[in-house]
Amino acid sequence: MAEQFSNREGIKGMINPTRYGLHRVAYWLQRLSGLGLLAYLIGHIYETSTILNGKAAWNNMLSLTETPGGHLVLVLVIGMCVFHTGNGIRLMISEGGKGVGKPGQPEYPYRASSLNSKQRLCIWVSIALAALAMMYGAGVLFGN
Amino acid sequence: MATVEVPKEQKVEPTTPAPAPSKPKTITLRISRFNPSEHAETKFEEFKIPVQKWTTVLEAILYVKQSLDHSVAVRYSCRQASCGSCGMKINGKPRLACYTKVSELESNVITVEPMNNFPIIRDLAVDFKQLFSTHKKMKPFIINEESEVQPGTKEFVQTPKDLEKFLQFSYCIKCGLCNSACPTMATDKSFIGPQGLAQAYRYTADNRDQGKKDRLKIVDQSHGIWRCHFAGSCSDVCPKGVDPAMAIQLLRGYMLGFRK
Amino acid sequence: MVPEYYLVIKMKESIIMKIHYGTALGAVALVAVHILMRLSQKFSDSLQYQNVLANYHFLPYALMLEVILILLSVHGFNGLRVILLELKQGVAYERAINYGSIVAMIVLVAYGSRTILMAGMGLS
Repeated sequence: MAEQFSNREGIKGMINPTRYGLHRVAYWLQRLSGLGLLAYLIGHIYETSTILNGKAAWNNMLSLTETPGGHLVLVLVIGMCVFHTGNGIRLMISEGGKGVGKPGQPEYPYRASSLNSKQRLCIWVSIALAALAMMYGAGVLFGN
Repeated sequence: MATVEVPKEQKVEPTTPAPAPSKPKTITLRISRFNPSEHAETKFEEFKIPVQKWTTVLEAILYVKQSLDHSVAVRYSCRQASCGSCGMKINGKPRLACYTKVSELESNVITVEPMNNFPIIRDLAVDFKQLFSTHKKMKPFIINEESEVQPGTKEFVQTPKDLEKFLQFSYCIKCGLCNSACPTMATDKSFIGPQGLAQAYRYTADNRDQGKKDRLKIVDQSHGIWRCHFAGSCSDVCPKGVDPAMAIQLLRGYMLGFRK
Repeated sequence: MVPEYYLVIKMKESIIMKIHYGTALGAVALVAVHILMRLSQKFSDSLQYQNVLANYHFLPYALMLEVILILLSVHGFNGLRVILLELKQGVAYERAINYGSIVAMIVLVAYGSRTILMAGMGLS
């Protein structure tokens, strides 16, 4: 059957964090933060390589990164890092089959036990920790 | 003349008059129309439908077919969430039309579209070829060299505890809602999908089965079980409480060595 | 579902994902140490030229940076590989993504190692 009739939702459907609850939002944030952190890693490695060009080049780079804009990016990176770590640990444990509930006879109205309150709590804790870390980071960076 | 005393508790109290049948409400049903052989553009047609509080979306669609436009294509059969035929996107979310009441949607405009991630045959009917072929690839049967039907052998023993390990996953009606909601399925046409993976677990967890090694090999490929990221959308939309997300994580538990 | 995909990278997907999880856990522990080192003094002071060079000259710290670099490159580019494999399919595309991500990992590790080695050994 021709591809145009395949009716796949495509990237738009994949990145849409609404409709399916908190787990889908966490999935979206995990991807977004992962991509953000990879971009930061590449930038950070480039940034630190300028030290090889001597003190002037290093200070020149610092004059670009040690700015309010640069600090704002760092605060975002801190948030992404903490969320990606917290939610990533939840995912690793869940993907090992732990914390997703026990199979049993489903009772109406069906509530998926894999989407249980502990899982939701872990997602909220990851978001809260990211927010706290961002606040602390902002205090350190902008407090200087 | 003797009178018969009616015991107090049996006295018939005057009842409140039966409630008058509620006046049917009118809603707008927007149906996605698409015929691959006639035109390439999807369009929406609107129909005014009288509904009661118990009217299901499927009944509303069938009202259109019966009274307004018989050319609307829809697949349905049992009307009681058992056959898995009438899966469609209702107000943006995959649901069974026979299992979704118009009243629970709390909207005067109901939009029905074919399920995403399945090729459209026409209007609301989608092609399940890939779903069924993936299901078959998971070897959805008991693999055991011994047989309980041959003479001289006895039946396989299964305790209620053993049964509980997979029973939930055997309720899958292959409606395809999980595959339609899955974010990986939205872009990955080679992905096995939550339906197939949940069925792989259903048979792997069966204590009569000896095909665990085979199935784990089938799902351990680049578009297999590792493309699930536990977004949980499959379990969110499952109308039978199968919880495919749980099955996938439990199956992955075998591969990561957390389960035997 | 096409068997040819399996030939592109000989490693089983489960092994690749175990590496993905392992590198994540390792990176979490070591990045925490890396960040704490920034906070052991005033943040802006920790970025001063001499202080950064001193970090590179301290062998255990330089080794830790090298390990972080490897762990994060492997984890990051494998994560990107997974996302890209899910976006589009096809034998040639998937082969390009699989090999491309390995090349990207090697390039990033080489580029970062160059900084660690040269700053650790040459500059003062």
